[in-house]
Amino acid sequence: MSSPIVKLVAQRIALGILLLLAVSVLIFAGTQILPGDVAQAILGQSATPESLANLREQLGLNQPAYIRYFHWLGGVLTGDLGTAMSSGQDIATSIKERLWNTLFLAFWAAIVAIPLAITLGLIAVRYRDGWVDKLISGVALASTSFPEFFIGYLLVFYFAVQHQWFPAISTVYDGMSFGERLQAIALPAAALTLVVLAHMMRMTRAAILNVMQSAYVETAELKGLSASAVIRKHAFPNAIAPIINVVMLNLAYLVVGVVVVEVIFVYPGMGQYLVDHVTKRDVPVVQAVGLIFAAVYITLNIVADIAAIVANPRLRHPK
Amino acid sequence: MVDGKAKSGPLLDIRNLRIEATVYPPGEVPRTITLVHDVSLTLEKGKVLGLIGESGAGKSTIGLSSMGYGRGGVRITGGEVILNGRDILKGGKEGLRKLRGREVCYVAQSAAAAFNPAHRLMDQVVEATLLHGTATRAEAEKRAVALFKKLSLPNPETIGERFPHQVSGGQLQRVMTAMALCSEPDLIVFDEPTTALDVTTQIDVLSAIKDAIRDTHVAALYITHDLAVVAQVSDEIMVLRHGRLVEWGGTRQIIKEPRQEYTNALVSVHEIEHQEQQPGTTPMLSVKNVTAAYGGGHIKVLKNVSVDIFPGQTLAVVGESGSGKSTLARAITGLLPPEQGSVVFDGRTLANRLADRSKEDLRQLQMIYQMADVAMNPRQTVGTIIGRPLEFYFGMKGRERDKRVAELLDEIEMGKGFIDRYPAELSGGQKQRVCIARSLAAKPKLIICDEVTSALDPLVAHGILKLLLNLQQIEKVAYLFITHDLATVKSIADSIAVMYRGEVVRYGPKSKVLTPPFDAYTDLLLSSVPEMEIGWLEKAIKGRRMESAGN
Repeated sequence: MSSPIVKLVAQRIALGILLLLAVSVLIFAGTQILPGDVAQAILGQSATPESLANLREQLGLNQPAYIRYFHWLGGVLTGDLGTAMSSGQDIATSIKERLWNTLFLAFWAAIVAIPLAITLGLIAVRYRDGWVDKLISGVALASTSFPEFFIGYLLVFYFAVQHQWFPAISTVYDGMSFGERLQAIALPAAALTLVVLAHMMRMTRAAILNVMQSAYVETAELKGLSASAVIRKHAFPNAIAPIINVVMLNLAYLVVGVVVVEVIFVYPGMGQYLVDHVTKRDVPVVQAVGLIFAAVYITLNIVADIAAIVANPRLRHPK
Repeated sequence: MVDGKAKSGPLLDIRNLRIEATVYPPGEVPRTITLVHDVSLTLEKGKVLGLIGESGAGKSTIGLSSMGYGRGGVRITGGEVILNGRDILKGGKEGLRKLRGREVCYVAQSAAAAFNPAHRLMDQVVEATLLHGTATRAEAEKRAVALFKKLSLPNPETIGERFPHQVSGGQLQRVMTAMALCSEPDLIVFDEPTTALDVTTQIDVLSAIKDAIRDTHVAALYITHDLAVVAQVSDEIMVLRHGRLVEWGGTRQIIKEPRQEYTNALVSVHEIEHQEQQPGTTPMLSVKNVTAAYGGGHIKVLKNVSVDIFPGQTLAVVGESGSGKSTLARAITGLLPPEQGSVVFDGRTLANRLADRSKEDLRQLQMIYQMADVAMNPRQTVGTIIGRPLEFYFGMKGRERDKRVAELLDEIEMGKGFIDRYPAELSGGQKQRVCIARSLAAKPKLIICDEVTSALDPLVAHGILKLLLNLQQIEKVAYLFITHDLATVKSIADSIAVMYRGEVVRYGPKSKVLTPPFDAYTDLLLSSVPEMEIGWLEKAIKGRRMESAGN
């Protein structure tokens, strides 16, 4: 690869790391602003001032905030996310399994949603302004406009209650076979797909339509290429950058925004974990999950940026 | 070539072609307009027919109809297009797709835009050939390389591996011609293939196209607005106006003995009488040793440029794209502060940066741009556009302002009726006139005209140039006239600066600059301007070869 690309990619990665550090400061500061502290939370209302002071001393809460921040950050960088107050368990261990579950669900939702959205986008462009286009746009928009919990319950009602094809509760546990897992996540994955589909589909359609105005599309038509070949071979490769961007945003949503869907289907993922511990005011867990979500978001956006850079032939093949 | 076709009769026979489009004017009911009114033409195998006319004449529309193609919402609603003995309009979509890229190929005006930036050139060049199955990939690529050689492209063996952005505009235009020839069609439609090129590049591309047409015996429709260009390549010329046929005849007849008044006007368009004024003693504006750069001083675009402009006179700055002529205007106006050197106006040095200049300095220097339509706010009326400088510089309001706007409209030969019109309702020439009135409203001493006639049809451009000269007489305003068109320069300049790669290579009064002995670049520039004379191209190319052999 040539030097301008390497430079641009390095810049993006450096920016991403910087951004992640800034976010970690924000997360830490945000949890500090909350009233009460960990010692108070652990010992509860009836704690005596002496026991509070002792525990604070023990947990290092008397140290200035910036020292505690660096202490926390140092832990995070070495893989130590602290211990959950509510259960006393190591956060890293409990997150590991749940993060894996969330990624598993997001992966299968993405595997269905992304090709489907892009294909529908291509079809919509091919039959633009006709009834096919309007049907695709209408259905996709409607599915996005419904709140995700509504879609979730609709799926449960139809596929779990009435037809009993899939379980209503997506519990997964160790020792489940791959097929069983897939069956368990079918409904939440479908709900997520319906939520993210329209955004990606419409962006694909808009990006390609934008390119369809170009002179090179006319050139392709005048070579005798069929309408779908023109879209596939000549329009799509030039519309890839905005499409990648929106796909990555939706991927990030699949990981970060699944809270509601996970709660509906009682799926043991990150979202459930976060919601549980927010209600328990378990600050170290909230910090850790917040940081992981931020990292996922930033990483996917960097990937989108880099993909857009690499997709540009001007940068890939400089003069 | 396609077999089983009629061997007798012309290759292309268009009969009573009628083309319509639906337009959607804002705030009005959509209506159907007719772009081409019952035009007929025939083209024999291996012949070249030039289609000529100003914009809106329907020449591209007719050209594309030979492929059954309508741009945007354009529809062929009447007539027959008979190609190789069959009416292609009756062949349906599938039939059209089979002939496009095989029997008929297209060369677009801007090859830079017409090549897909995402694919390598070779893949695009052989695409139509492979699609129609007339050759294997290896054969097609061999053919393409041979064509690259014929069109004298550098590195013909490897140029196909490049991406469009890695190749210059003139080369791309030749690659596009190779692309059209690669599937060995019977007919090629050339749609203004050299219009977007510099004149020095145009001559090479033109000669490459001409040789390729001759050697491959392909027939061609050559669409252009430049008669001098079409006279070099065509056997016959068809003059069109407003979608109607004006005149159709042999090339010699059209340019030497035009029968129609309109053709005559096209043929004699370039002549404007202008008495050259001698430079005065004190220049009004002096550019002194200006050096300017983009990218934080990395890319020097102006190198030590010095020119003078005298009151009420015209300095023409000529050069090809990238020579720094527009940058000179940006440096003078302060949009691009010079790194070194200074601009002296009326005896005082102007601040380098636009933001540091007084309102009075701003008023004295006005600009007119190439693209009149994007230089005006589409949501303001002509009255508001012209009235704005009156309010801004002179605080004029109400009736006083309206009176002055009306006077200015009179000066640009447009009536009061235009005051309430919006730019979208004006023609290209009228838009440029409004821009001229807007700059005059400030009562400047100098107007910088940046390629103001380049986007206009020759007859309209002619009118604008005459207007500018008249206004110079009335208002005593000086012009800095930036152009790549030497005919314009000859018509209006008092002095000329020839720029090449950021430097002034020749500078002086017009008569001196245009009199030999020339420096090499000016000679190249002058000898590249097409003349309306059959055989000019061969002579010019021969002259060049001899020179390069002798040098």
